[in-house]
Amino acid sequence: MKKNLQIRLLVIVALAAVSAISFWMQGINLGLDLQGGIHLVLQVETQEALTEEVNQVRDRLEAVLQDEQIPFSQATVDDELRIEIRGVPADRSRDARRALETSAVNWTLRSQPGENGVDFILEIMAAARKALLDLTVRQVREIIQNRVDQYGVAEPSISVYGSGDVQDQIILELPGVEDFDRVIDIIQNTAKLELKMVHPDGPREFESEAAARAAFSGGFPDDQYEIVRLRDRTTGPEPRYMVVRKAAAITGQHLKNAFRSEDPLTGASEVSFFLNSEGVQLFSDVTGRNVGGYLAIVLDGEIRSAPRIESKINTESARITGNFTADEADDLALVLRSGALPASIVILENRSVGPSLGLDSIRSGVSASLLGLVLVVVGMLVVYRFSGVNAVICLVLNLVFLLGALAYLGAALTLPGIAGIILTIGMAVDANILIFERIKEELRRRKGVNSAVDDGFNKVFSTIIDTNTTTLVAAAFLFQFGTGPIRGFAVTLAIGLLANLFTATFVSKTLFRVILGQLKVERLSI
Amino acid sequence: MDIVREPKIQWLNYKWIFICLSLLLSFLGAASLVTRAMPRWESGMGPVQGVIFGLNLGVDFTGGTLVYVKFAQTPELERVRRSLTEGGLRPEEVTRFDDESKNQLQIRMAQIETDKADNLTAQSRTLFETLRQEFDSQKMGEGRLDLNNVSRSELIAKLREADSAAAPEDESLTETQRRYQEQADRLIGARTQLGGVFSDPSQLQDLDLEESVRKALDERFYLGSFSLLSVESVGPKVGQELADRAFWAVLFSLGGVLVYIGLRFQLVFGMAAIIALFHDVFITVGFFSLLHKEISLTVIAALLTLVGYSINDTIVIFDRVRENVREMRTKDLESVINLSINQTLNRTILTSGMTFLAVFALYLLGGQVLNGFSFALVVGIIIGTYSSIAIASPVVVWWQAYRENRKAGA
Repeated sequence: MKKNLQIRLLVIVALAAVSAISFWMQGINLGLDLQGGIHLVLQVETQEALTEEVNQVRDRLEAVLQDEQIPFSQATVDDELRIEIRGVPADRSRDARRALETSAVNWTLRSQPGENGVDFILEIMAAARKALLDLTVRQVREIIQNRVDQYGVAEPSISVYGSGDVQDQIILELPGVEDFDRVIDIIQNTAKLELKMVHPDGPREFESEAAARAAFSGGFPDDQYEIVRLRDRTTGPEPRYMVVRKAAAITGQHLKNAFRSEDPLTGASEVSFFLNSEGVQLFSDVTGRNVGGYLAIVLDGEIRSAPRIESKINTESARITGNFTADEADDLALVLRSGALPASIVILENRSVGPSLGLDSIRSGVSASLLGLVLVVVGMLVVYRFSGVNAVICLVLNLVFLLGALAYLGAALTLPGIAGIILTIGMAVDANILIFERIKEELRRRKGVNSAVDDGFNKVFSTIIDTNTTTLVAAAFLFQFGTGPIRGFAVTLAIGLLANLFTATFVSKTLFRVILGQLKVERLSI
Repeated sequence: MDIVREPKIQWLNYKWIFICLSLLLSFLGAASLVTRAMPRWESGMGPVQGVIFGLNLGVDFTGGTLVYVKFAQTPELERVRRSLTEGGLRPEEVTRFDDESKNQLQIRMAQIETDKADNLTAQSRTLFETLRQEFDSQKMGEGRLDLNNVSRSELIAKLREADSAAAPEDESLTETQRRYQEQADRLIGARTQLGGVFSDPSQLQDLDLEESVRKALDERFYLGSFSLLSVESVGPKVGQELADRAFWAVLFSLGGVLVYIGLRFQLVFGMAAIIALFHDVFITVGFFSLLHKEISLTVIAALLTLVGYSINDTIVIFDRVRENVREMRTKDLESVINLSINQTLNRTILTSGMTFLAVFALYLLGGQVLNGFSFALVVGIIIGTYSSIAIASPVVVWWQAYRENRKAGA
């Protein structure tokens, strides 16, 4: 046997072996649509975090001006998140500018003459704005990752993407998860915990917001108190409202830990949380100053309960009660542990697939693949007889390479991906057909078998490159355009085409050389 | 074996028949697009929206919710539709899905406009609760769980809770947990194998379950009438984005192929190939409109694949034309093209035929989820093969004649 031929055969066998081993060792990952699971596209409402930050800066600036005893008529945030500080007396405007500049570093500061004195307008710088939004998305991503890990998902995949200036969308894939609603709740729960003092005067609960407002005849100072809905399942379905201080005494940032516990008397599930040292200090201060008052436990803008403060409390733990089921209490503790989301998230897309539909898809996919394979193999053998065997070997090798590459790359096999395999089966023999037909044509021109085969391969080579390239171009755009399952298809198709290029030109030619060179075949069965 | 032995067909003599046939098919598609778009047409809309409205776009593009539900018994479509409407949902389509014996429904719901940010998930939850009220209100109650919708973790928890007394005393907690996990896996596995639903208590008989578990199943569970197999919700924003991206992806891949063909062949051939390609995609899309078949993401994937694949026959023919032009400079272009088509006819039929066989197998057995995908390819491959002979070749001849006329005129 010629050395060149030996090397060729060695290359083929080695590649096939590597593919087979890779397939054997790694197996093929099934996509979400086949094994079941959740695919979510989440939008982080970064604007919320920005608004929050701007309001905090406003509060800070207000405090700074008050500290420096610089008078002003008002400090507000406008619709475009600019801070306007109006009515600084002209003689103090220099002091005001210095104070504002030092306490709002990443902000641009403009001043203009206003109705009574000088007005200052501050706007956050573009770079700082972007940094803040990026940070928000990153925090949200980490918190979601944390929650998903704690819930116990085997191989979650989380990635940030987006087309705008700030990438503010998160794609989350959770294979094998069945409790769609529960997991979505855990992810989406903002989990913003705040402890707020209830207004000391008047009754505690009201039946409507209007009633609450009316009870404080002439109104309560809007910038210090707010009306919050009470969600307590023990009081029935009717909504109740309470008036509480806007500023939280203690927030989720002061939390150290949280877990589900049981009421020692009733055995009902509840959530215990533990405060860090700063939180304990704040807790003891606020309870000490307000003995006899009520402290509202506000979760995501709703009051869960508002127990009476009997005495100054020095302990580090507190409880959230509210008729939870065990699962609900577990989930709430989980989200409290993982921290509050700095901005809420909106679900843009949700694809949840149960395992049975995937199983059904796999069954039909496998039977369709087998039928397609049988049809093509029989077709090739009928048309090309013994040379058909050559094409069939190429086809089988093509599939082996394809599966091996999918396993090696860890690319997930999706339902469209199965379609891609079937399509590969159909298209794989195309190049063989082009070559075989050309060989037949050369034979008809009374060429010798050897030169007919060589010419067949050489003359068709560029055509095969062309046809494969155009399909690859389409696959590339497909990959660019698609998400999840569609990408799976594009990847399968592209690998199939590349494997095809190799089998049709290299493997098939080698096989012909073996037949013609080693077996000394005089007449080609084609 | 040759499919056709040394054909000597004068293809270009029939070009008018081909053109008429293609125009007819294109016209049918266009007419269908227009008639279907008309009722939804509002003044000020561009032609692109016209095309889009003429198609039955899936939730991937319109936004909305698509739910697959499996019932234990044959469901009454009307009852499902009515109960959903009464539940405040907007079911657009309630149809049987896949084999009738599988009792599966596909329910498509339009987006409900609410100010709540999470209404995407709220819809499928409302659907589930509504169907449960409609079909299982008798069975529910007394804290019983629906075995057909219970998740693995819920099932394990409930079985343990039911059986806290029966567990052997010397068994450790982890062992108990493991034992119940195993039992739950058996149940869930059997349910999955059955397609998601136990339709009859007798289906539980053959399972290898512990006596205590059977008792717990009897006392604390019921077999619900249905189960949600999958939920796909797409918000309007994502839908619009996907539609835009699909549109551009198809356009760009046509452009990409044009550039490649332009580099490899003369411009004439490139243009002819692209015209044939547009023809293939347009007629295939027309078929989707005519038959009111749904266009989903996977159908777009099929169309893109078609862009890459259906040009192959054209390339094979044009490659041969180029070779023949080089070899016999004397003959006129028309007879060279006829000769080239004839010389490559066998491979054209065989390559398309083999791919067609594979795709047809997919169409027959691939299941309903891939139905649109395989339909697009079945139609597209036939049209694509036809067009490389019937459309691409005449275009080349005409273009060449036009150029020569201009040269002669100038």
